[in-house]
Amino acid sequence: MSVLIFIDQTEGHVKKSSLEAITYGADLAKQLGTTAEGIVLGTVTEDLSALGKYGVTKIHQVANETLNHLDAQLYASVISEAAAASGANVIVFSHNQTGKAVAARVAAKLKAGLVAGACALPDTSNGFVVKKTVFSGKAFANISIQSSVKVISLNPNSYKTVATEGTAAVADFAATVGQPRVKVTAVNKITGEVPLTEADIVVSGGRGLKGPENWGILLDLAKELGAATACSRPVGDAHWRPHHEHVGQTGVQVAPNLYIAIGISGAIQHLAGVNRSKVIVVINKDPEAPFFKAADYGIVGDAFEVVPQLTAAIHKLKAGA
Amino acid sequence: MKILVCVSKTPDTTAKIAFTDGNTKFDEAGVQWIINPYDEWYSLVRAIELKEANPAATIHLVTVGNADAEPIIRKALALGGDEAIRVNTDSSDAYYIAAQIAEVAKQGGYDLVFTGKETIDYNGSSIGGMIAELIDAPYISLATKFDLNGTTATVVREIEGGEETAEVALPLVVSCQKGVAEQRIPNMRGIMAARTKPLKVVEPAAVDALTTVVGFELPPAKAGVKLVAPDNVEELVRLLHEEAKAI
Repeated sequence: MSVLIFIDQTEGHVKKSSLEAITYGADLAKQLGTTAEGIVLGTVTEDLSALGKYGVTKIHQVANETLNHLDAQLYASVISEAAAASGANVIVFSHNQTGKAVAARVAAKLKAGLVAGACALPDTSNGFVVKKTVFSGKAFANISIQSSVKVISLNPNSYKTVATEGTAAVADFAATVGQPRVKVTAVNKITGEVPLTEADIVVSGGRGLKGPENWGILLDLAKELGAATACSRPVGDAHWRPHHEHVGQTGVQVAPNLYIAIGISGAIQHLAGVNRSKVIVVINKDPEAPFFKAADYGIVGDAFEVVPQLTAAIHKLKAGA
Repeated sequence: MKILVCVSKTPDTTAKIAFTDGNTKFDEAGVQWIINPYDEWYSLVRAIELKEANPAATIHLVTVGNADAEPIIRKALALGGDEAIRVNTDSSDAYYIAAQIAEVAKQGGYDLVFTGKETIDYNGSSIGGMIAELIDAPYISLATKFDLNGTTATVVREIEGGEETAEVALPLVVSCQKGVAEQRIPNMRGIMAARTKPLKVVEPAAVDALTTVVGFELPPAKAGVKLVAPDNVEELVRLLHEEAKAI
């Protein structure tokens, strides 16, 4: 019996969403009185033993270059093999892009019940009940898993990573790696920007900014905060900003610690993409903008005046700290 | 070329989310039902475009649900598709639903299975991957572009921090999101034609559900917005720093 955590890596590095999954898996192992082990696929440049400080005691590594690109079928087969070898009865993923592709396949392969998008540790006092977000963050469901093996994928930004002391034993895992059926021909990383779904802070702009030429004030604020930038659907549709920045029901769903909405009225479809944010700040000159009802803090005012002042005030805070 | 498009019935995006029966059931009173937007706008429309480019292609729609789902599947047929299959059962367990669709997919021998990237009610992103595993096909999730050249698909998919392009031979399961196609509005001809398109009802295969919903919860209500004067941004910064601890 153990908890096996899939540790996702991109270009040799372990991402924050995986550190959250490790912390969650390690806490779950503690709760179940067992150990937490990790599995890493592909070649990595990082010192994996250091991940021990997040609570994982052993890491199975399959350093096979074939696995440097995602082929959900191969990933699922290797992870399932590792789960059987380590006697895992719970397998934890991040509900990030890779997790969305692989966790469901692993669950189907092992005939294991899946809770995708978990936001808290399971309640194991009577069965195994996992809380997850539903209705695009507008509610939660408590879901009981009945199968003996269980799969959980954890919403990014919903579980705090805790680093303590510890080293993990890293060992090669001799898995059967088949032929990939997905051939990756080009990778286009958005460089120099904070990836939207991983960002702690997101600064987002809407039609209130009047045109793409006015985005400078928003970019300055984002830079000052180390934030990712986003936009509303009309802004994406009008090509003022790239499509991948569109946050909302049909765009990207984000759950940062802080979401700052500038000149966005807050249509329900937009809120569906930002509901899971911890703190929401709305800056809009229309006091009737529906977004204020969903906000924690707000300024009714002209973005072109307020935003540069806000950037300056944050700069002052950071300089003083 | 045979394409299977998975269609799910979901509450409208603007529906009020509330629960009944001691928070164990979604409150359907006054709720408008729609085709899950990712199924409709992206996967169904892309399938229709593929058929327009290759009229010999056939499109079948599949839904897992009780008779209440029929207006939704007729609406989907009004956009396009040759016929629909409804698996006559209701479940919230992803494995149970995926296993039913996998059964339909195996019997129909499809080259392509399309799903939306997730449903807007359960947000699981799970069905496509499970179907792919159950029919032993490759799976491309979160596609933003899909092109076909003979029996090879070229797909752009979202990965953490970017996108990548991949080539995959059919048969294939793809989950679609924004970028794959543009929303269409059904026209009168489509709506009339949909009335007479075949809608087959099949009984579910014997599959064990692996999960059950115990209950629902609503998030605690927001305390209400704290407004700060526009000429006092320092106060907002102080609140974000000291009270919310967000910066």
